[in-house]
Amino acid sequence: MMLNIEHLSIIFHDREEPFTAVEDFNLQMDHGEIVGIVGESGSGKSMTAHAIMGLLRRYAVEVTGKAKFDGADILKMDEKELRRYQGVEMSIIFQEPMTSLDPTMRIGKQVEEALLLHTKLTKEKRRERALEAMELAELDEPEKLYDLYPHELSGGMRQRVMIASALVLSPHLLIADEPTTALDVTIQAQILKTLKEINKKEGTAIMFISHDLGVVKALCERVIVMQHGHIVEEGPVDQVFYHPQHEYTKHLIESRPTRRKLKGRKLDDE
Amino acid sequence: MKKRNWYLRLGVVITFAVAAFTLVGMFYTPYDATQMSSADKYAPPSLSHLFGCDQMGRDIFSRTLEGIGTTVTIALATLAIGFLAGLVIGALCGYYGGLIDEIVMRICDAVTAFPSTLLAIVVIAVIGSGKYNVIAALGILFIPSFARLVRSEFIKYRDRDFVNMAKLTGVPPLRIIFVHILPNTWPVLLSGLTIGFNNAVLAEASMSYLGIGVTPPDASLGRMLSEAQGYLFTAPWYTVFPGLVVILLILGVGMIGEGIRERIGEKV
Amino acid sequence: MTNEIILHLGNVNSYYGRGKARKQVLKNISLTLHKGEVLGVVGESGSGKSTLAKCAIGLVTDIEGERKLNVENSQMVFQDSYGSLNPAKTVGWILEEPLRVRGLRDKKELRRRAVEMLQTVGLEEEHYDRKPSQLSGGQRQRVSIAASLIQGSKLIILDEPVSALDVTLQAQILQLLVDLKERLDLSYIFISHDLAVVYQICDRVMVMYHGEVVEQGDVDAVYDNPQHEYTKKLLEASLSLG
Repeated sequence: MMLNIEHLSIIFHDREEPFTAVEDFNLQMDHGEIVGIVGESGSGKSMTAHAIMGLLRRYAVEVTGKAKFDGADILKMDEKELRRYQGVEMSIIFQEPMTSLDPTMRIGKQVEEALLLHTKLTKEKRRERALEAMELAELDEPEKLYDLYPHELSGGMRQRVMIASALVLSPHLLIADEPTTALDVTIQAQILKTLKEINKKEGTAIMFISHDLGVVKALCERVIVMQHGHIVEEGPVDQVFYHPQHEYTKHLIESRPTRRKLKGRKLDDE
Repeated sequence: MKKRNWYLRLGVVITFAVAAFTLVGMFYTPYDATQMSSADKYAPPSLSHLFGCDQMGRDIFSRTLEGIGTTVTIALATLAIGFLAGLVIGALCGYYGGLIDEIVMRICDAVTAFPSTLLAIVVIAVIGSGKYNVIAALGILFIPSFARLVRSEFIKYRDRDFVNMAKLTGVPPLRIIFVHILPNTWPVLLSGLTIGFNNAVLAEASMSYLGIGVTPPDASLGRMLSEAQGYLFTAPWYTVFPGLVVILLILGVGMIGEGIRERIGEKV
Repeated sequence: MTNEIILHLGNVNSYYGRGKARKQVLKNISLTLHKGEVLGVVGESGSGKSTLAKCAIGLVTDIEGERKLNVENSQMVFQDSYGSLNPAKTVGWILEEPLRVRGLRDKKELRRRAVEMLQTVGLEEEHYDRKPSQLSGGQRQRVSIAASLIQGSKLIILDEPVSALDVTLQAQILQLLVDLKERLDLSYIFISHDLAVVYQICDRVMVMYHGEVVEQGDVDAVYDNPQHEYTKKLLEASLSLG
């Protein structure tokens, strides 16, 4: 078992009433698995991912339960221990690559950043490793991109750069927090293909967070459906998708636009 | 467990106290602020003269009460001229952009390239000193910085979709500028106003200090500090009390400005 | 659908920027929108679809070619409902503004019309005094729609109106748009990158690529038998159609 999350709850204390964003979240994930977490905004799906990454350690946020990564509880680690996991054993990529990339830093340097922090590799070795990661993220002509700045790339390429820098230390787990939501549909499909390819080649487990069941279905084996901070349904993707048990899952699936014309209703129809 | 905005609260308290002090000074002073008394020359603070007396035996408490009134009046009047003109210029330039905007902004650049006190001295040299001339000179010199601030805010909003929708609805441009966009800019403009107020207080003080601002026997805080420097050792209270009032005045308003900025930050 | 033409663009070119940086964003675009019709415009970011919308409605004026708009009022609904509602005003004020600009001053009547419009788009009187920041994304988009309708616009340009919404809200807003069209006799230009959504609401579709129209026609015809390579690629990538 690579990741074992038990009874994870996230409570915010910075409002007038304590607010429970996530309650009793459980998940077991093996090496090489791809798990999707689906929910709408406010369902707590991103919050869960952030907690697992150790990104919710701040004032007025209470995280309870266990989140064990290879047996070590991430929630109990001190900052120093945690840094040995963040970006090394597990990495995260976000929806908006432009805000996670430093606009003043060349692409190559950004991809190398984690190597600089966590290894003692020489400059040449780092460059070599960065180019490999860029290739893995299916960026064409990595040598040429190495010296460019983020604004010189398209949105899809920027997301690939994020993927490359997340993968540069060959983590066991990649958390992808809506990585394709801001992208055009053709680019989205390509990025999904790349992620699948990485999973196959490197054995990287992927936790894929999305509001779009269609995207999750295309990529994941297993899916968790969240609503208002709770898991309402989970199981193999096809089972959840074609035989949803919970009302909310059914509603989510019905709401997806399909090839069906909407009929206008006159006032008295209602 | 909401974080309290201490800056704003403390700023309001201090400013209120100083404002009350100013208001009292407009209607009542324990002594006539210009009345000299040779017996009280350099008198240290006492019950009859709270802040002591100056080189001519004038009551410093009374002069401070009157001086702060002059200083605040000059600062507010300066602000009124600078801000209103800056608002109109900045709003139009920011909203419309184009060639006229470029020209106006280059003029503003040229004006702000010189220290404003220096320019004010030049203007005063031409039109003469005195309370109203100081207001006019400082007011005009404050226009560019406000115009710039307002302009940058309007540029931020002019391409927003709500402005587009207003255009499509047929809302006249001036209404879009002053009714639709302006209310969004108040938080930033208010915080700019507090900085402007403090700059005006300091500018008045430094001009009077240099002897080209308020003419004697009128009292202003800058004027008093200028006179006090000669008696720093014989009558330190002459420097201390008016100086303290200037500090409190600027601190209070400055904290309000900081508090407003913090509020904006919270929202974002 | 009737044969009455609401909007006609003939060989429109549009440019962006000045001098050397001047770039052509729209190349030779022609379109005709009939009364009661919904025309979908599909393309990726940078394809010029939003510029086309702004040209059609008159927000972009640097154009060459023919532009004829046969309705008195037209309005736009934008993707980002947060940016399209004035953050400093209340919902009531925003809805009343078009009426005020047209000279209606009676406060009671203004309020009555605003509340009526709120109910038309599925909101309540209690939303009248709220600020946009106090509404959810779906509610804000309903207010945007209400604001575009209150002056009696018959042509609404919808620029990715549901792209920023969760899928359940998306379904609700789409249904609302279809209902409103029936009830109020509206015509839409619907801009989107989502082919599935376009299918649900549009009669005809135009596919844009690098500022040009590469394919257009009846929705079913284009979806069943795409001619252009780019259209095929788009349809293939559209996961939700699978």
